[in-house]
Amino acid sequence: MTAIVEVEHLKKTYDSGFEALKGIDLTIEQGEILALLGPNGAGKTTLISAVCGITAPTDGKVRVGGHDIQDDWRAARKLIGLVPQEINLEPFELVMNTVRFSRGLFGRPRNDALIEKILRDLSLWDKKDSRINALSGGMKRRVLIAKALSHEPRVLFLDEPTAGVDVELRRDMWRIVETLRADGVTIILTTHYIEEAEAIADRIGIISGGQLLLVEEKAALMKRLAKKELRIDLQSPVDHIPETLSAFDLRRADDGRALIYTYDTTGERTGITRLLGAVQAAGLTLADIRTSQSSLEEIFVDIVKDGGK
Amino acid sequence: MNWTGIFAIWRFEMARFFRSIIQSVVSPVVSTSLYFVVFGAAIGSRIQEVEGVPYGAFIVPGLIMLTVLQQSIQNAAFGIYFPKFIGTIFEVLSAPISAFEIVMGYVGAAAAKAILIGLIILLTSFFFVDVRIAHPFWMLAFLVMTAVSFSLLGFILGIWAKSFEQLNIVPLLVVTPLVFLGGSFYSVSMLPPFWEAVSHFNPVLYLVSGFRWSFFGMADVPIGASLAAILIFTCACLAIVWWIFRTGYRIKS
Repeated sequence: MTAIVEVEHLKKTYDSGFEALKGIDLTIEQGEILALLGPNGAGKTTLISAVCGITAPTDGKVRVGGHDIQDDWRAARKLIGLVPQEINLEPFELVMNTVRFSRGLFGRPRNDALIEKILRDLSLWDKKDSRINALSGGMKRRVLIAKALSHEPRVLFLDEPTAGVDVELRRDMWRIVETLRADGVTIILTTHYIEEAEAIADRIGIISGGQLLLVEEKAALMKRLAKKELRIDLQSPVDHIPETLSAFDLRRADDGRALIYTYDTTGERTGITRLLGAVQAAGLTLADIRTSQSSLEEIFVDIVKDGGK
Repeated sequence: MNWTGIFAIWRFEMARFFRSIIQSVVSPVVSTSLYFVVFGAAIGSRIQEVEGVPYGAFIVPGLIMLTVLQQSIQNAAFGIYFPKFIGTIFEVLSAPISAFEIVMGYVGAAAAKAILIGLIILLTSFFFVDVRIAHPFWMLAFLVMTAVSFSLLGFILGIWAKSFEQLNIVPLLVVTPLVFLGGSFYSVSMLPPFWEAVSHFNPVLYLVSGFRWSFFGMADVPIGASLAAILIFTCACLAIVWWIFRTGYRIKS
């Protein structure tokens, strides 16, 4: 694996004195999909803006494809495509012209066949001669993606690409991300939707308060932090948890018709065998047993709450 | 140099011009025709000649200058303000295109539009008065230099402006008075000595004078002074633009 984006100790303090980034270190491998999760105001957009050259960093270094974004900015920027969070488009311009403009702006020669392919992939081809202001919100977002892809970037930043879009577009988006990954494009996306990160990312980074709390393989992150719940449905309800079971992390559910046991999957012993033995010894009859894994959402809330510890 | 990028900006801006062709072309032609009717035919018939040139013809260079200055500033200011206003500026800032190339694209387009309108007004004037052009090369040179330098000024204005009101106030309160008081419709030698001296502090006087010289071979100030004034003005604007991009003033946070 080779690193395509290297961020070293990146800091950004705005004129107002607000410290948006407090020293970010991050290495992104070529061809991977990295999801950056974080609450509003965490610094996700500032990080992307600094890498893309829209915001001047206060301190630190960024290299894209080995090119420093300040000393060798032309080469670095050629590799980057950016889909911004806000829908920023010329309202009176035609779809086709605005996409062609983006390609030209990045110094690429005109290539109508490629533009056609991009527009078709995004279901925009029949809108190519429409004015931007005649399009729906979802369509406008597709135009932004088309613009970012028009100059064949090797690294694509998607800043909350599916915020406020319909299910269909979100599916399309995931499909497009898959296709791009197959072509070897590295994708960094920020999102509020944890399912989205869970569905498409290889690695997940969590940002809060201008700091990168952690970056981990999605599966490892899930495993490291995953808590599981064991639900025991009982034949007859209990009105309290029997004394003999007080050593276990149990709570009653469904008016005593079920007991829920929370355990750590990474622990050496889960305690399930002992628990079931104790349940039987307490004279309770089992009707059913189910386990469920906590969602990334719960993990995320936990991490942000205790600052990555 | 990212020539493709410069051309992309230029063409995108020109498309804006042709999209609103009526507003862009017809309105300056109509307003100029009105000037000819009012100043040329109605008032001009009582003014006789100015230094051997019929008054109707005498005001042609001034009229062209008036419109070229206004159009240059307006086009360039709007051209850069609008992307800032709607947020599309992010794309230009993230593209592999230098500040100088961005300016070439925007200022080039604004100047091209202004020159085009200037030439259209010149053509219109042929229908009203008998205009001869003594130095066609210098006429074009002054037209181009004026359009470029004032488009640079407009670009600066567009970066500086935080609202549409600010965008309009400078052309209205600063540029229009300077043009009217810069000898567009009269020779400053017709003024009392004190006001003639004051007029020499007006940069537009040098532009109008030089431009008029290229038509009729007569000028209020020496042609060398006109050339020097326009070069100094262009350099000053370039220096400010350079500073804007160096510091990211009102473009980058």
